Amino acid sequence: MSTEIEREEMEFDVLIVGGGPAGLSAAIRLRQLLPDATICLVEKGSEIGAHIVSGAVIEPRALAELLPDWRERNAPLNTPVTGEKILFLTGKRGFSIPFIDRLMPAMANHGNYVVSLGALCRWLGAQAEEMGIEIYPGFAAAEPFIENGRLCGVITGDMGVTRTGEHGPNFAPGMILRARQTILSEGARGSVSQRVMKHFDLRQGVDPQTYGLGIKEVWEIPAENHRPGFVQHSFGWPLDNGTYGGAWLYHFGENLVSYGFVTGLDYDNSWLSPFQEMQRVKTHPEFAKHLEGGRRLIYGARALSEGGLQSLPRLSFPGGVLAGDSAGFLNMPKIKGTHTAMKSGMLAAEAVAEALGSEGPDKATSYTRRFKGSWLFRELFEARNIRPAFARWGTRLGALYAGIDSVIFRGRAPWTLHMRHTDHDALKPANETKPIAYPKPDGKLTFDLNSSVFLSATNHEEDQPVHLKLRDPSLWNAVNWGLYRSPESRYCPAGVYEAVEADKEMHLRINAQNCVHCKTCDIKDPTQNIEWCVPEGGGGPNYPVGM
Amino acid sequence: MKIVVPVKRVVDYNVKPRVKADNSGVETQGVKMSMNPFDEIAVEEAVRLREKGAASEIVVVTIGVAEAQPVLRTAMAMGADRAILVQTEAALEPLAVAKLLKTIVDRENPGLVIMGKQAIDDDMNATGQILAARLDWPQGTFASAVSVENGRITVTREADGGLETVDLALPAVVTTDLRLNEPRYATMPNIMKAKKKPLETIAADTLGVDLAPRLETVTVIEPPVRKAGIKVASAAELVGKLRDEAKVI
Repeated sequence: MSTEIEREEMEFDVLIVGGGPAGLSAAIRLRQLLPDATICLVEKGSEIGAHIVSGAVIEPRALAELLPDWRERNAPLNTPVTGEKILFLTGKRGFSIPFIDRLMPAMANHGNYVVSLGALCRWLGAQAEEMGIEIYPGFAAAEPFIENGRLCGVITGDMGVTRTGEHGPNFAPGMILRARQTILSEGARGSVSQRVMKHFDLRQGVDPQTYGLGIKEVWEIPAENHRPGFVQHSFGWPLDNGTYGGAWLYHFGENLVSYGFVTGLDYDNSWLSPFQEMQRVKTHPEFAKHLEGGRRLIYGARALSEGGLQSLPRLSFPGGVLAGDSAGFLNMPKIKGTHTAMKSGMLAAEAVAEALGSEGPDKATSYTRRFKGSWLFRELFEARNIRPAFARWGTRLGALYAGIDSVIFRGRAPWTLHMRHTDHDALKPANETKPIAYPKPDGKLTFDLNSSVFLSATNHEEDQPVHLKLRDPSLWNAVNWGLYRSPESRYCPAGVYEAVEADKEMHLRINAQNCVHCKTCDIKDPTQNIEWCVPEGGGGPNYPVGM
Repeated sequence: MKIVVPVKRVVDYNVKPRVKADNSGVETQGVKMSMNPFDEIAVEEAVRLREKGAASEIVVVTIGVAEAQPVLRTAMAMGADRAILVQTEAALEPLAVAKLLKTIVDRENPGLVIMGKQAIDDDMNATGQILAARLDWPQGTFASAVSVENGRITVTREADGGLETVDLALPAVVTTDLRLNEPRYATMPNIMKAKKKPLETIAADTLGVDLAPRLETVTVIEPPVRKAGIKVASAAELVGKLRDEAKVI
């Protein structure tokens, strides 16, 4: 972005980047603590909820702390969990793990709700707006605005720039949004958060972050098959023992089923396609029986942070804080990140409010202390060894370890396991791993990639610069194609990347318009050569309520 | 001169419309809604006319549920001065919409009504024409260029065989086509200002208009799924298949 452009400025007490559960909870908590502060929230999606993807079974704990009258305010928590199953899958069968509530109380879902997180975020957004918070969907924070060693806000993206980088007829320059404190709550691998973490060296001395890619579909099924509140998780087939991941299936709402699959992005097989794995699990009898006769309504994907406590960066820095999955508060063994994101947003808001009130320090340093004294810390502490155990010993031994860690030690084992490498380092060259033969879609339960992406209602203004950039374009042919046979064309769940042959040479075609903003390419590219920049505000998926 | 711009809240153009499970219509619950893109072009043109000095005030009007207010705020963030929501829960046909709009036009007394040629939800392409007829005003539909001078408006129309230019006496009704302009982005300061601009709500049933539908929807179904194509080896095979299987030649 060029700096010669004359930019308008707006100033707020607090700026929040990202309108997910963390950012919206932070906004509401701030308003409760500081009735007169000016609070602005920017969201790159075309509306609040447009970019939200989650399972989602949520624990109402954080919500009840934030808005104790959430029931009276008609929060969209309408489907309490009524029954659950955890299955270890083989190709044809599923083995149910018994007595979940007694063996793994942290995993049990009694008292939780199956929700559309998109609906919950829209509702939180409406509550926040009623409280006088300025919410601007369709405005992307393009880059951090750093002055004198301090984050002073963000610069929003220019609008109306043509593909070749010129100012089009309706060009509108981005603005400088100044704030005394900025809360970064962009979700996993947020583009501004990444730059801020680097600038302030916030990841020094912590484990590398490890991610998962969640791909989700919402189905409408015949009423006679619908069991509202039934939740099912699976692990094992079709992933090999060394790859972390599993499927979920939740019945909720009016004959709706949320189905999805998470693939741990520390997988090593360059031939693996998270999308294809997600498709084929639906053909397993334990999943097919729920979906047969239904129709698929929505498709979407998003990366999530799985590293947990050991991978959390420093949370505050001069001028701001990290909240939600931007920092990585998701509880992986619990498969839940909403209540943790909300709680972290609330704690961040409390620390920010204190910093604003005290005139002196420009760092909300009490955030870490507040976190360590909260149930959020205890929860993440007890969960801390599970994900690294799977990374270290594979699915079967990892699951065994998980059982021991939670049943015998109740999460308080006197040791802490660590993630040893980044996800992109885990990828092995294509000739060292086995190609996977994926079945063809049947058009009933399983589908191809293009018809799937279509259901995400993704759009980007056509005439704009490509927002997925190769830092060194020459690297692709030698490394991505030469060594790994274009893994991006398989891990991208939106068909953005295609390896095409022209003039007897392989080239990478980037269909940036398809991008559902999942951030997987930014994470998994073996040489970290792909940079995910925010496209023009309002672009990306338009997930409806139900997602 | 005052300009009235009627706008409609529709299912967003990026959303793949979905038929309700009971086949009674298209699902709008929980779906992203936004301003009909043709109406956005109309708002933009009105703002440009004011910037050129041809207009002094822009009033946007929508008819619908309370949730349609954001569409009016968007229009005001683009530059409209004030807004009117004619509130009703009823699903209205173009005739009823035109009758309601006429009551607003009679009250506001504008020199120009400019609106989208059609809405992308039902593609009726009727409201502008009916409104012009009921007002007994001249109309210039499918405009790809307009200019206002000395109490007249020149409208270049995208007719079937090419471009047709009509010269109308004001007041008149103009409906906009896609190529008229490219709407501006609403900027953050303008969105903020738009929140403070006046928005008046009028209950539709106080306007003395018969809103009863004239049409009955029997059923709404999705178009049949297109069958996969096949590749043929030769022109002869293609002709054979067209003649013997498809029976089109």
